[in-house]
Amino acid sequence: MRWDRVWAIARVDLKRLFKSRDYWIPMSLLAGVFFVVMPFFMLSAMSSVSATSLVQQIGGVLESLPGPIQEGLQGQSPEGRAAYAFAVYLLAPIAIIVPLTISSAVGANTIVGERERGTGEFLAHSPLTEREIYVGKLIASVIPGYLATVVGFAIYSLIVNLKVGPEVGGWFFPTAGWWVLILWVVPPFIAIALSVILWVSARVKSAAAAQQASTLVTLPIIVIAYAISSGLIFDPTRSALAVGLVAWIIAGIGLASGGKAVNRERLLGIGMEGS
Amino acid sequence: MRDLVIDLDSVVRTFGAITAVDDLTLKVPAGSVTVLLGPNGAGKTTTVRLITGALIADSGTIRVLGFDPNKDGGEIRARTGVVPPKPAMYDNLTGADNLRFAADLWGVNGDGIEAAADRFDISYALDQDVGGYSTGMRTRLALARAVIHDPDVLLLDEPTAGLDPESSRAVLDLIRELAGRGRTILMCTHLLHEAEGIADQVVLMGDGTARTAGHPADLAAAFLEHPTVVFDAENRDQLEKATGHAAVIRHEWNGGLHLTLDSMETLPDLVTELVKSGVRLTRVEPQLPTLEHLYFEMQRAMREEDG
Repeated sequence: MRWDRVWAIARVDLKRLFKSRDYWIPMSLLAGVFFVVMPFFMLSAMSSVSATSLVQQIGGVLESLPGPIQEGLQGQSPEGRAAYAFAVYLLAPIAIIVPLTISSAVGANTIVGERERGTGEFLAHSPLTEREIYVGKLIASVIPGYLATVVGFAIYSLIVNLKVGPEVGGWFFPTAGWWVLILWVVPPFIAIALSVILWVSARVKSAAAAQQASTLVTLPIIVIAYAISSGLIFDPTRSALAVGLVAWIIAGIGLASGGKAVNRERLLGIGMEGS
Repeated sequence: MRDLVIDLDSVVRTFGAITAVDDLTLKVPAGSVTVLLGPNGAGKTTTVRLITGALIADSGTIRVLGFDPNKDGGEIRARTGVVPPKPAMYDNLTGADNLRFAADLWGVNGDGIEAAADRFDISYALDQDVGGYSTGMRTRLALARAVIHDPDVLLLDEPTAGLDPESSRAVLDLIRELAGRGRTILMCTHLLHEAEGIADQVVLMGDGTARTAGHPADLAAAFLEHPTVVFDAENRDQLEKATGHAAVIRHEWNGGLHLTLDSMETLPDLVTELVKSGVRLTRVEPQLPTLEHLYFEMQRAMREEDG
């Protein structure tokens, strides 16, 4: 595999993407809402006097958690402990939802889009191997979602430290659980979703069909990832590492088999259902 | 005989129940210009795709530049340029971006991009998004993209479809220039005038196979054995005398009297007889065989052969 050609594919896709406002404005808004707006207002509300009932509700939820987790909660007041719990535990799934949603939207169009534009013919006659095309498309789909997550995560960390830090004695975020989540668990889940989505994108007839199919395919993955990330954040060590490892293995298998879906005939639109 | 750069032997390719290419044998010598003539659906585009390995044949053998497209397609595609019927670009990228992408794939440096753009007079628009290009500009950019790596083989599939005369000329000039530099060119078209004067070999395709192939002059000799001569006279009524001459096979009035003769050798006798009978001739013009004549004559002959 020639990596210069893989990067050429990824680069041209990313350039097209970032020149397309129809794509990046809604996706930036999505990331902004989940990583910035929602945490900011929720954490601000918790520190206000009028949010007593919200703090009590979160306190109720925290009391139902296992003892060791309750012991890990930091904060000098009920409001501080609630804000800490909210920032560290309850918002963890956003780290999964944002990249999966953004990367899925890119991935769904990436191969069927070449066919619809007619540029698939150019790729089919190029010296690129089918594997290079696949990996290039994969990279172009991963980067926007993961980039949004990294940037969003940095801003989120800043907000959490500014809002909750004074309650717990200084800057404390990201915690170990979040580092594991962002660096070890999120990437394979993106890969798993994209392995399925690119497989779909190579096989469906139109971009609209690809979007619909990818939504159906990624929804269960998002739900599973949501559930797992919620649980993992409470136990950032062994179970998180194990889940991440399993996810990486599944991702590897998915990517290996998903790559076979990209071939020159499909880029030309031959053998498509209904064509 | 020169080495064969493209060599297809008994190639078959089907799509479900449809046989797009059926027992096709095609020989393209190095440094030649071969024109595939045929109506839509004749299998021309599938043939181009089989040559680059974009499609794989169901049976038969294909060798391009000595390589098997099924095994060494990358080698072939690295040395081949293709201009598809409707060249597609990344519309929200600039012309320069599109050329740079091609340059990256074929390992060409920045000088190659400028040279390709200059060659087709598209440099002035390289900073514009391709979505704003006219059809002619898009085609010129597609041509630049196809030859950016100075390919050994150029495959043009209906390259002038829908083009303005200026852009069409750019395509034909490219073919002449590359042919002059010893490159091998295969062009698919159903526009016969395009192939006029540039083809070393004409292949008539129909129903997925090569119905006949050869140098235009040889094909003309084979299919246009009876020459046509246009006559006119001060008094056209007197030309009726010619229609009954023994040398005339058929005649047609069309801005003059078009006589199909059994051979050119009978023309002097015919003219002499008309003059002696008092016909004051104002025009005696042998019609040079064109590819258009040839194409329709070949088609007619094939239909008769098919019964």
